[in-house]
Amino acid sequence: MTTTPVLEAIDETQETQGKQPLNVIYEWLTTVDHKKIGLMYIVYALIFLVIGGFEAILMRIQLAIPNNHFVSPQVFNQLFTMHGTTMVFFMGMPILFGMGNYLVPLMIGARDMAFPRLNAFSFWISAFAGLLLYFSYIGGSGLYAAGSAPDVGWFAYAPLTSKVFSPGHSTDYWTLAVFLSGIGSIGTALNIVTTILCMRCKGMKMSRMPLLPWLYLVMSCLVFVAVSPLTAAQVMLTLDRYLGAHFFDTQAGGSAILWMHFFWIFGHPEVYVLVLPAFAFANEIIPVFSRKAMFGYPAMVAASVSIGFISLSVWAHHMFTAGLGPAGNTFFVFATMVISVPTGIKIFNWLATIWGGKIIFAVPMMFMIGFLFQFLIAGLTGIMLSAAPFDWQLSASYFVVAHFHYVLVGAIVFSLFSAFYYWYPKVTGKMMSETLGKWHFWLFLIGFHLTFDFMHVPGILGMPRRIYTYEAGRGWDTLNFIIGIGAIFQAAGTLVLVYNMIHSYYKGKDAGHDPWDAWTLEWSVPSPPPSYNFAIEPTVNSRRPLWDIKHPEDPDSDYES
Amino acid sequence: MTTIATASRIPIDGPIETPWKLPYRGTIGMACLIIAESAIFIIFVVAYIYYIGKSLSGPTPAQVLELPIFGTICLLSSSIFVHNAVSSLRKDNRRGCTLNLAITVLLGLIFLATTAREWYHLIHDEGLTIKTNLFGTTYYSLVGLHATHVVVGLIMLTLVLGISLTGHVKEEHSEKLEVLSLYWHFVDAVWVVVFLVVYVLGR
Repeated sequence: MTTTPVLEAIDETQETQGKQPLNVIYEWLTTVDHKKIGLMYIVYALIFLVIGGFEAILMRIQLAIPNNHFVSPQVFNQLFTMHGTTMVFFMGMPILFGMGNYLVPLMIGARDMAFPRLNAFSFWISAFAGLLLYFSYIGGSGLYAAGSAPDVGWFAYAPLTSKVFSPGHSTDYWTLAVFLSGIGSIGTALNIVTTILCMRCKGMKMSRMPLLPWLYLVMSCLVFVAVSPLTAAQVMLTLDRYLGAHFFDTQAGGSAILWMHFFWIFGHPEVYVLVLPAFAFANEIIPVFSRKAMFGYPAMVAASVSIGFISLSVWAHHMFTAGLGPAGNTFFVFATMVISVPTGIKIFNWLATIWGGKIIFAVPMMFMIGFLFQFLIAGLTGIMLSAAPFDWQLSASYFVVAHFHYVLVGAIVFSLFSAFYYWYPKVTGKMMSETLGKWHFWLFLIGFHLTFDFMHVPGILGMPRRIYTYEAGRGWDTLNFIIGIGAIFQAAGTLVLVYNMIHSYYKGKDAGHDPWDAWTLEWSVPSPPPSYNFAIEPTVNSRRPLWDIKHPEDPDSDYES
Repeated sequence: MTTIATASRIPIDGPIETPWKLPYRGTIGMACLIIAESAIFIIFVVAYIYYIGKSLSGPTPAQVLELPIFGTICLLSSSIFVHNAVSSLRKDNRRGCTLNLAITVLLGLIFLATTAREWYHLIHDEGLTIKTNLFGTTYYSLVGLHATHVVVGLIMLTLVLGISLTGHVKEEHSEKLEVLSLYWHFVDAVWVVVFLVVYVLGR
């Protein structure tokens, strides 16, 4: 096996010619390079993370003490609607698509995505959708009264969204923004699937592909069958509101339950759309920091694919209290519980990877360990809620809020932070500060547990979600105060991260090609990678091509069939 | 954290395996689009089926709908012609390709005309609009969604036909034309479902 030095060559030629700001802006606005688009996704999502987080803080201030009048009830409704919509559609999806955009072509040895211009289109339409949603804050009753921002919840249950209950245009902004972001998501998903299936480098059979592209493949396929129904439902809602159609108009025989079905056919798989990339990061980071190959690669792939399939048959567990009847409830209880089998396989495989490894407790690994614990707890409360009788007691209480924030923040955001620290050196060529990273980790971990551990309790004590304020003396006061403190800790941790990213960009020490001694293809190119990624298209012989180079005496290809 | 410097080397000519051939990205991209579009159509079809017979006022489908046999025959047969266009192009028969494309566009236009005539009849003679009742709501949205796809397909086919008439469509483009034909087959297949649901099951 001969090896050839790669790269170095095309580095300078592709960089910006002039350094004038206008040129740089023009270059970013017109770029079709998957790395730049990925970065734009991430920056855009981080902006929305700060906005959505700010909304969360406002809500926690409002609920910190009983009988509070910090914001008006209307503003509170708008806050939780905007917080949910922002975090799912304009923070979660874009940031994960951004990571995928950046990493997938690098990891499969491709020079760009399959359809670069479609990629740029998908980004800009998603960005426009986010702006459209927040444009609703301007106009209407003005900025202080929070304009005419949508106030129907991120689930937009009928008939709350009908013209009678939701006059004005707030719901239309919501519908259009979600619709457009859906178009962008489907475009990006299409691009990722095509890239993975058609652009892999020589020798990278599906059975040799790193697990991150595998999980993005499953996630993207899920986007087709999950986000498209939402897009269809948004069209129906718009027809209802603008042309007087009756899809969800109960006065004309339409059904509000049908909207719930359509929404949750999207809404539940959406959780897996968000969590599969989080798994993908774990699959790449845990082995590297345990200094072992991933345990049970085929089982991981099989588990991911089956999660994709099963997640399509569980949506009605969000509707146990809507009156589906015993047969429907039983089916969805079992379907929901079945999903814990492949998820359990994943958790055990991660543990088996760590087991006996030479663990390096760098910041990415610390976040990963947090991810493993919190994802486990989130799964356990998930099993509780998937039992219909239990759900009848706790539906629409803070217990549910605590459960899904455990998944979304405890699992997905922790995994995402880990990925930030892990791939930041590749993206910028600089290491992030470990000290600041540890500050970020501990602040965020403490804040997370203060907020979401305690949030289960008022739920069990009967505190409903989405309430504007509450009476004193119901046993919720202290708990809500602690929850509010936790939220502030989390915000502080996130600000440390943002500071760390900016600070390290200018002051960080040089990372070199491969600071973590990792094994996948993205670490074979310079940091940051040049425009065309690979000067010579690579050929791979195993799942860990860089291991083979570093250890020619003991290559992986000898062990893989 | 230990930082280990490694060589920026990757093997570029490992042992050669079976010839490295990956699928054409246009085909895969179109397949993905078709899956996503199918999911959208399924939601509209489910809504249609769910609301059959639930309208609180008339008119009912049985009173106003007629089987669009002629339009259906035109649309479904157009699939054969677009397929012929692709296979002609593969054999470098450009005239055959142009001719078959022209017939496809013509048949698609006839189908659109029958839909337009049907809608005109329903709106002006029967007074059925999207506002009238649940039947109107689901009927116009499902059939309208399909008609939108027909229009999009026709625009693309007409573009290719125009380029073909100027003689710029060559054998090497047959793979791309095939991608377009996949879309058109999909539109036809959806019509089979719409036909069965709206005009057979719904009546």
